[in-house]
Amino acid sequence: MNAVKFLFAAYIATWVIHGLYLGSLVRRFSRLRQQVKELGKK
Amino acid sequence: MNSLWSLTLATLVKDIRLEWRSKDALNAMLFFSLQVVVIFVFSFDPLAEESRHIVGGLVWIAFLFAAVVALNQTWARELRNQVLDAYRVSPAPANALFLAKSLGNFLFVVVLQALMVPLFVVFYNLRALGPAWQLIPIAVLGTWALVVNGTFFAAMSLRTRSREIMLPLLLFPISIPAVIAMVAGTTAILTGENSAHFYIVLLLTYDVVFTTACLGLFETILHAE
Amino acid sequence: MKRIFPILSIVTVILLAYALYEALVVAPTDALQGDVYRIIYYHVPSAWTAFLLFFINFVASIQYLMRAKKSTEVAAKWIVIAIGVVGVIATFIPAVQHMLPTGMRPSAVATTVLLIPIFYFLIGRWFPGDKLDILAVTSAEVGVVFCTIVLVTGPLWARPVWGIWWAPGDIRLTSTLVLWLIYVSYLVLRRFSNSAQTQMLAAALAVFGALDVPLVYFSIWFFRTQHPQPVIGGGGSMDPRMLHVLLISWMAFLCFAFLVCWSRFRLELLHREVEQAHAMESLVGAGSTRTSLPLSRSSK
Repeated sequence: MNAVKFLFAAYIATWVIHGLYLGSLVRRFSRLRQQVKELGKK
Repeated sequence: MNSLWSLTLATLVKDIRLEWRSKDALNAMLFFSLQVVVIFVFSFDPLAEESRHIVGGLVWIAFLFAAVVALNQTWARELRNQVLDAYRVSPAPANALFLAKSLGNFLFVVVLQALMVPLFVVFYNLRALGPAWQLIPIAVLGTWALVVNGTFFAAMSLRTRSREIMLPLLLFPISIPAVIAMVAGTTAILTGENSAHFYIVLLLTYDVVFTTACLGLFETILHAE
Repeated sequence: MKRIFPILSIVTVILLAYALYEALVVAPTDALQGDVYRIIYYHVPSAWTAFLLFFINFVASIQYLMRAKKSTEVAAKWIVIAIGVVGVIATFIPAVQHMLPTGMRPSAVATTVLLIPIFYFLIGRWFPGDKLDILAVTSAEVGVVFCTIVLVTGPLWARPVWGIWWAPGDIRLTSTLVLWLIYVSYLVLRRFSNSAQTQMLAAALAVFGALDVPLVYFSIWFFRTQHPQPVIGGGGSMDPRMLHVLLISWMAFLCFAFLVCWSRFRLELLHREVEQAHAMESLVGAGSTRTSLPLSRSSK
C-alpha cells in the first residue's frame, strides 16, 4: 500500500507540472492581448 | 594556414605580455586558488581513510572554479578597448583570435594548477598507487576541454545580462562528460583500482569534437555581437 | 484553423482519460513490482516525447545555422540525404547487424535513421524564415516541461522499487538530467541575451548540446561498468499487454504535446508581432495613425 502512494504522487506531479506550464501560457497570452488592445487604441 | 598560426602566436604573445605587465588578474587568481585549496582541506578531512577516493573530485572542482574565474575575464580587455569591433572589420581569420585566447587561458589555468597541485599533495599526503604519468594526459586533455568550451561560451555570453553567471551556466552541463572522465580517471590512477585508459580516450574524443565545433562556429559567434 | 483547436482539445482529453483508464485498470499488475510499476505509463511516454521535441529543436537549430549561407544550406541537404541512404544500407550489412544491441531489429534502426532526412526536409519546408526559430524555442520549452516530468517521476518510481531515489550510474536517468540541464541553459541564454543574434547563439548552443549527449552516454556507461549499479527497468522484453497500454499512453501524450506546442507557437508569433509594433511605434513616434498592427488571425 505504501508503494501505491508513489504511483499517485507521480501522476499528480505530472499534471501539476503540465498545469503550471499551461497556466503560464494563458497568463502570457492575456498580457499580450492587453498590449494589442493598447496598441489598437493609439 | 601559415598566417593563422603566426597571427595566433602574435595575439597570444601580446596577451601574455599585457598580463605580465599588469599582473592584476594573475595575482588575484593565484590567491583565489590558494583559498579554494585551504577551504577544501578544512571541509574534507585529509586524514580520513577514504581521502584518496575523493581527492580526484576535489582537485578537479578546485580547478573548475579557478578556470571559471579565469575565463570570465577572457574578453574583458577586448571589450574595454573595442578590440572586437576592430577584429570583426579586419580580414584576419576569427579562428586565430579564438585559438590565441584559448591557448592563453590554457596556460593561465596550467599555472594555477601548478600552484594548487603541490598544496593538495602536501595536505592530503597524496601518492599515486597507479601509473602516475597518466595524470599528465588527463590534466592536459581535461584542462583543454574546459578551456576551449569556456572561451567559446565566454564569447557567447558577452552581450547577455548577468554575464558572469551565464558562463558557468552554459559551460557546466556541456562539460559533464569531460568532468566525469577527469574525476574518474584521476581517482582510478590515485587509487590504482581501475585503468584510466578509457577515460583518456574519452577526453581525447571530447577535445577533438568540441575543438572542431568551436573553430567551426566561432566566426558566427563573433559576428553575432 | 480556429475550429480545429477546440475539437483537437476535446479529442486529446478523451484520449488522455482513456489512456489513464488503461494504465490504472486494464493493464495487468506486475509480478515483481506490484502496482507501482504503472508509473511507467507516464514516465516513458514523457521521455519519448521530450526526446522527440529535443530532436526537432536540434534539426531546426542546424537548419537555422545552415541557412545563413547558400553554400552551407546546399551542403547540409546533401549530407542529410547521405546519412539517410548510408544508414539504411548499413543496417542490411551483417557486420553492422552484429553490432546492434540484442532485440533491436535492423528494420527498426533503418526506420529511425530515415527519420533524420524526413524531419530535416519537412521542417525546412513547413517552417520558412523566422518560423524556424519559433519552432526551435517552442520545442525546447515544451521539451523541458516533459523532461522535468521524466526527472520527477523517475525518482518517485525508483524509491519504492529499489529503495533509493537516485543511482549515479543509472545511465538513462543521468543522461536525461544532463539533457535537461543543457536545454534549461538554452532557455536561459534565450531569455538573458539581448543581442540581435540571440537566435544564432542559441542554435549554436543546441548543436553543442547534441554533440554532448552521446559523450555523456559513454562516460556514464563506462563509469557504470566500473561501479556496479542496480539495474533499473530491466532489459527483458515486455508483456505485450503492457506494451499496448504504453503505446496508447504515448499516443495520448503526443496529441497533448502537439496542442501545447501549437499554443506556444501561436504565442510566440503574437509576441514577435507586438514587439515589432512597439519598435515601429518608437521609430515613427507615438500619436501617428500608421502604427496599426498587421494582426494575424491568431491574435483575436
